[in-house]
Amino acid sequence: MGKVKIYLGASSPAKTSEMKTGDWGTEWAKVDEDKCIACGRCITFCPEPCIEYVEKNDKKVARVDTDYCKGCWICFTVCPVDAIKMETKEIYKLEVC
Amino acid sequence: MNDIRSYFGPGHGACPGCGFPIAVKITLETLEGKAFVVNSTGCLEIVSSMYGRNVWAVPYIHSLFENAGAVAGGIDAALKALGRKNEGHVVVFAGDGATADIGIGTLSGMFDRNHDVLYICYDNEAYQNTGNQQSGLTPPGASTTTTPVGDLLPGKMGRKKDMIGIAVAHGIPYVASASIAFPNDLRRKVKRAIEFEGAKYLHVHAPCVTGWGIDGKLTVEVARLAVETGLYPLVEYENGRLVRVMKLKKRKPVEEYLKIQRRFRHLFKHPLGEKIIKELQQIADENVKRYGLEDEG
Ligand SMILES: Cc1ncc(C[n+]2csc(CCOP(=O)(O)OP(=O)(O)O)c2C)c(N)n1
Ligand code: SF4
Ligand code: SF4
Ligand SMILES: [Mg+2]
Repeated sequence: MGKVKIYLGASSPAKTSEMKTGDWGTEWAKVDEDKCIACGRCITFCPEPCIEYVEKNDKKVARVDTDYCKGCWICFTVCPVDAIKMETKEIYKLEVC
Repeated sequence: MNDIRSYFGPGHGACPGCGFPIAVKITLETLEGKAFVVNSTGCLEIVSSMYGRNVWAVPYIHSLFENAGAVAGGIDAALKALGRKNEGHVVVFAGDGATADIGIGTLSGMFDRNHDVLYICYDNEAYQNTGNQQSGLTPPGASTTTTPVGDLLPGKMGRKKDMIGIAVAHGIPYVASASIAFPNDLRRKVKRAIEFEGAKYLHVHAPCVTGWGIDGKLTVEVARLAVETGLYPLVEYENGRLVRVMKLKKRKPVEEYLKIQRRFRHLFKHPLGEKIIKELQQIADENVKRYGLEDEG
């Protein structure tokens, strides 16, 4: 995603950071950075959008921003190399006795 | 404003796995944010423009439910009167209810005056924001709160309105359908649309997880199956002429699309279900014929 240029008009500035939707789901998506081939499919399809490229050891990889990830599984279903796992959040790992 | 990373979101309130944010995000990226957005009342508006929580990094106006076409036409006229050129495209995002039902009058007027507007209908096939009531774009057999399945009724009766045909009949320069399952195609169509001066209509299929009874694991798959069965043809008209269609290599039976959605599951046990499934298959077959979708190669 990177930085974008904004053409200001009638609306107030976007305040997207105000609503952190990362606490909505029971899971978060996590990218296996060794497997990621930086094809960009998850970035294209994430509806939030909350996946972006980062540089890691001279390699471009996708990374999920857990501040906003709703755990919808879309990225998981579109990744062609199965590099995305859905991880249950710690607080939902309940012990059933 | 440093944390803005996209022209739309993150931080909107759409259900996890909702389809339309994909279309909105891709459209605005393609336009490089050069857009004056008009948005009718509906899910998109509710989840994105809450007080103090605007997620639009472009100029944005919420019209009423029924008048997005008129508001967009007004913005186009105002930009022209003020001599403001090349600042951005006037873009409407409106739901299927806003487009095919309550707003069709003002949409028709906007088409008729041929305003320089790109009108995008995101079609989630019902009034989803108020909890899944049928619209003119709800498909046959779909269970909604106003077409509840019972002993007699097998869901919605009657077809989806042919919005592509209605738009083409207005003689506007560009009309196309697209789907969130085919983002490259959507990007190309947005790019192509804005090359035309005048009214442009783009109809984008966008699953609703709650109304259709699917979850995010199926959002893209369901949208793709709608196209691959022939129920939702991807077509493109320029100056009234059909110029391109997405060919279908191996067409799938409509059941494959229906069986994975809760809104259609009664069709597999209701006494009238078989009839409705046949009707849906017939619609798909007609689409294939009408638009030449079969890939002979
Ligand atoms: C004149 C008027 N009637 C009814 C409503 C209530 N209402 C708000 S959103 C909505 C449904 C919108 O449906 P659609 O255009 O398909 O968008 P979706 O919510 O499905 O995305 C309705 C009926 C309204 N806001 N204004
Ligand atoms: S799970 Fe959904 S919200 Fe989270 S990163 Fe993947 S596509 Fe985005
Ligand atoms: S109700 Fe449907 S259309 Fe509305 S935000 Fe949720 S998934 Fe999207
Ligand atoms: Mg709708």
